[in-house]
Amino acid sequence: MPAAQPTIGVLALQGDVREHLAALRSLGADAISVRRPAELAACDGLVLPGGESTTMVKLARIFDLLEPLRDAVRAGLPAFGTCAGMILLADRIEDGAAGQETIGGLHLTVRRNAFGRQVDSFEEDLHVDGLDDPVRAVFIRAPWVEAVEDDVEVLARVETGPAAGRIVAVRQGPLMATSFHPEVGSDDRVHGMFVDLVRSA
Amino acid sequence: MSPDYDLAMAEHTPETPIEHGTSRVKRGMAEMLKGGVIMDVVTAEQAKIAEDAGAVAVMALERVPADIRAQGGVSRMSDPDMIDSIIEAVSIPVMAKARIGHFAEAQVLQSLGVDYIDESEVLTPADYANHIDKWKFTVPFVCGATNLGEALRRITEGAAMIRSKGEAGTGDVSNAVMHMRTIGGELRRLHSMSEDELYVAAKELQAPFELVKEVAAAGKLPVVLFTAGGIATPADAAMMMQLGAEGVFVGSGIFKSGNPAERAEAIVKATTFFDDPDVVAKVSRGLGEAMVGINVDEIPQPHRLAERGW
Repeated sequence: MPAAQPTIGVLALQGDVREHLAALRSLGADAISVRRPAELAACDGLVLPGGESTTMVKLARIFDLLEPLRDAVRAGLPAFGTCAGMILLADRIEDGAAGQETIGGLHLTVRRNAFGRQVDSFEEDLHVDGLDDPVRAVFIRAPWVEAVEDDVEVLARVETGPAAGRIVAVRQGPLMATSFHPEVGSDDRVHGMFVDLVRSA
Repeated sequence: MSPDYDLAMAEHTPETPIEHGTSRVKRGMAEMLKGGVIMDVVTAEQAKIAEDAGAVAVMALERVPADIRAQGGVSRMSDPDMIDSIIEAVSIPVMAKARIGHFAEAQVLQSLGVDYIDESEVLTPADYANHIDKWKFTVPFVCGATNLGEALRRITEGAAMIRSKGEAGTGDVSNAVMHMRTIGGELRRLHSMSEDELYVAAKELQAPFELVKEVAAAGKLPVVLFTAGGIATPADAAMMMQLGAEGVFVGSGIFKSGNPAERAEAIVKATTFFDDPDVVAKVSRGLGEAMVGINVDEIPQPHRLAERGW
């Protein structure tokens, strides 16, 4: 049972690790970088950061972290993926690189680079279930959720523009994922939802 | 986290509609590349090798810096067909280089859909006074710097990412080291100054006071800082990361070596485990020939690329 100050790891193979560590620390968690199985074993919860999903999964495979990650998620470790992290937690990927693997756990299909290239990246105000005021959501070559199974709770959908209606935030038991980057900027409310989830696990 | 010196963010009010090309979106893209390796490629096949090796992005260019150096002549933006073929070949971000000051090349690259533009001293400069006004673009820019003042001037012009210049195409890491140490040292010095000293510091750095003040308070640049120029081995990458680089560009070092696929993967691994000598040692084995290289000292002054940019 996690204490009031849970240990939350951030997968640190590649990506915007520092921003996640800072957000988690500001919420009172003991945040640590995770690159090795022993570091993973110390965690009450795990964040999978933004970055390049193909690079992260390749390094996880090479450094014998992929199976421990799968085991931990299967055993109920609370996990929160942003952007690339959402891809890593998805059971299925569309438009992945050839043979791209995932950790899996979320019963959904994610479409990689769904919004287009960097010139199509954007920010918008987004209403997230469980938060009173909208979040300024930053989408960077982001994925979206193409399809979900019944046990996945949809927390947010794109509100304007050509992709309006697309699912961009989900929760399923102890797992959370967003297409956008709550770690970019100074609003830590989405991280707060995850830290609460870890505390109640 | 981005500091407050941020023109686009300052304008943000709640319930602003959807916005593209904001500072947060441009600088955020570079945040996602951190801890990764960006590799120079000249063909779609090389781009595939780079992606398979774990590159976080590829830099599409016509000739790697070592060949630009060897062959001479005017070096320009790549052929759009070649850039298209690389965009088609890989699913990771694709960057491309424009000449310093050549805003029309940058417009073309943005229209082709590249994910980042490198306004690069490796190509022949198009304007010996002005750099590109990068605020005008939706696509983000990375620029080279040899010192803090240069980095801050590029950020003032809208660069969303900075890299050390190093001396591209040599396989000699010494200039990249010098630039990273210079930028790091100047950041530490600025961070220790009292506020009334910052006016003179801004004058000396030839950068706007408000930006200097922000950087002094944060002790770091408001954008991601990568290293580039002469990185050829896993140990080179590990050293640059320990010197404060947040990621690595590798140019000629990979595809001018004996075994590009293995060397590329080894540099990716060493960049992630830069602080673990056991891993760096392990990945350094059996890579075959590194690029032959040129000592920077042996290059006549007018042929040094790092001195381009102002």
